[in-house]
Amino acid sequence: MAASEEASRPFAGLSDVSISEDIPVEGDISVPVGPSRRDDEFSTLDEPVKDTIMRDLRAVGNKFIHVLYPKRSSALLRDWDLWGPLLLCVTLALLLQGGAADHEDQGGPQFAEVFVIVWFGSIIITLNSKLLGGTISFFQSLCVLGYCIMPLTVAMVVCRIVLVISSGRVVFAVRLAVVTASFGWSTFASTAFLADSQPPNRKALVVYPVFLFYFVIAWMILTYSPQQ
Amino acid sequence: MSSGSGSRNAEPWGSFDDNLIQGGGSAVIDMENMDDTSGSSFEDMGEMHQRMKEEEEVAAEAAATEDDVADDGEFLGMKGLKGQLGRQVADEVWQAGKRQASKAFNLYANIDILRPYFDVEPVQVRNRLIESLIPVRMINFPQKIAGELYGPLMLVFTLVAILLHGMKTSGTVIREGTLMGTAIGTCFGYWLGVSAFIYFLAYLVNAQITMLQMLSLLGYGLFGPCIVLLVTYNIHFHFLFYGLWLLLGGLSTLRMVAALLSRTVGQTPRLLLCGTLGLLHMLFLLYLHFNYHTIVEGLLDSLEGHNMAPMQRVARDVPEVTLNATARNPGMLLSAY
Repeated sequence: MAASEEASRPFAGLSDVSISEDIPVEGDISVPVGPSRRDDEFSTLDEPVKDTIMRDLRAVGNKFIHVLYPKRSSALLRDWDLWGPLLLCVTLALLLQGGAADHEDQGGPQFAEVFVIVWFGSIIITLNSKLLGGTISFFQSLCVLGYCIMPLTVAMVVCRIVLVISSGRVVFAVRLAVVTASFGWSTFASTAFLADSQPPNRKALVVYPVFLFYFVIAWMILTYSPQQ
Repeated sequence: MSSGSGSRNAEPWGSFDDNLIQGGGSAVIDMENMDDTSGSSFEDMGEMHQRMKEEEEVAAEAAATEDDVADDGEFLGMKGLKGQLGRQVADEVWQAGKRQASKAFNLYANIDILRPYFDVEPVQVRNRLIESLIPVRMINFPQKIAGELYGPLMLVFTLVAILLHGMKTSGTVIREGTLMGTAIGTCFGYWLGVSAFIYFLAYLVNAQITMLQMLSLLGYGLFGPCIVLLVTYNIHFHFLFYGLWLLLGGLSTLRMVAALLSRTVGQTPRLLLCGTLGLLHMLFLLYLHFNYHTIVEGLLDSLEGHNMAPMQRVARDVPEVTLNATARNPGMLLSAY
């Protein structure tokens, strides 16, 4: 038929757009991905809760491993999630709570302090790296910074355990070494992910706020002393 | 001028004719049809970029909703009318909400406005940090003040970190609020508040300085106090602090004062502006040191043991007779009951 012949030659006959009504024009222009996407959504809704939780836990665990061995991979960046940072932040805040003598009225604010420092610090570093011309997105950066708190949380656990055993100058030296090592590890891990997204001559400008951020957290961990 | 331009119809670039016609044919070129941004070209680019993105988004969302509607039509027989309608309504509500939210976000949270102020190289930042301690003697021509915000912002955060360290070491107890809040409030309050105040004074005396330049100047002027506090929160000697206060604090104050002097005309305005800034800056450093430092001093003295004055316990004035009597005869006390 004339209409189908015209349609077979691409962009032919565009000058004559009107189609007579007795020739039915049919076709499927929609991209066939649509219906299959709908099927996917329904299938994840119908799966048992255990599957969903295990999938998320596995993703979080995978990212923890990536922080432990920081190499240039995009796993942290590609599927960002904020579960890990939340878990780490809450753990750190709970462990830091109730430190230093006669601070009954400061038990509450210390939890809030850690939260505020971690989240607003991450937001500010993200904004800074975006303003300096970074290509990383807002939540990806939050994800990376949050996950890289993990070495410091481990250091906090170690410090807490060591302080239960004894407290003195040797213990302080041990704590200092552990906290310094984990602080360096955190900074190195986060810059391995963040600095790649910056123009090469500006890496130092992005690294400094990250350094300051982890330094403040490391300082809070180091000066933590348990209630007598 | 305008009558002459009215006869030029053949300009390819859209001559002044259009503006005149839109403005109702007034004799002067209608300023309302010019850009009414504050004159910086990057803001124009930002707005154009925003408008283009919004148009794209609206077109994309329109196409998406059309696709969705087409898909819903296919499923009509399978899912039933009620489910399909519900889903469609939910989709449309979501799209409308998303459009509103993204418009508001693009309008208020557009950080592209701040992007030019962060366009620095590490070498430039290092140079400016060092120069902030070197006063420049030229006060007859306006000195060049860099208009960037990266360095000042990082310096304020560094000061916050140093202050936190000082507060923790001195065991400051903050009853209403938190350590973090106090540190951030103090530093940012000083930077933003004093900048605004000095800018206001500069506006009153007609000095040639913009708010951005004032923020930048004061921000870099915090480099000296940062060093002083870093040293003296760890090494507690009074004379060391006073020496560093005068030296580094004085140098950074002189640098800021010289920059302001070069941009102000007249003796009284100069005195007012520079005196205020100098006073505030030096007093701020003094305040930061002494507010979070005295408790440590007391602790150190008591540890040394020589002069017990700061931490000495003063005995209460209890009559000795009563005390000794009660202490000697507890039995008497018991039998009284």
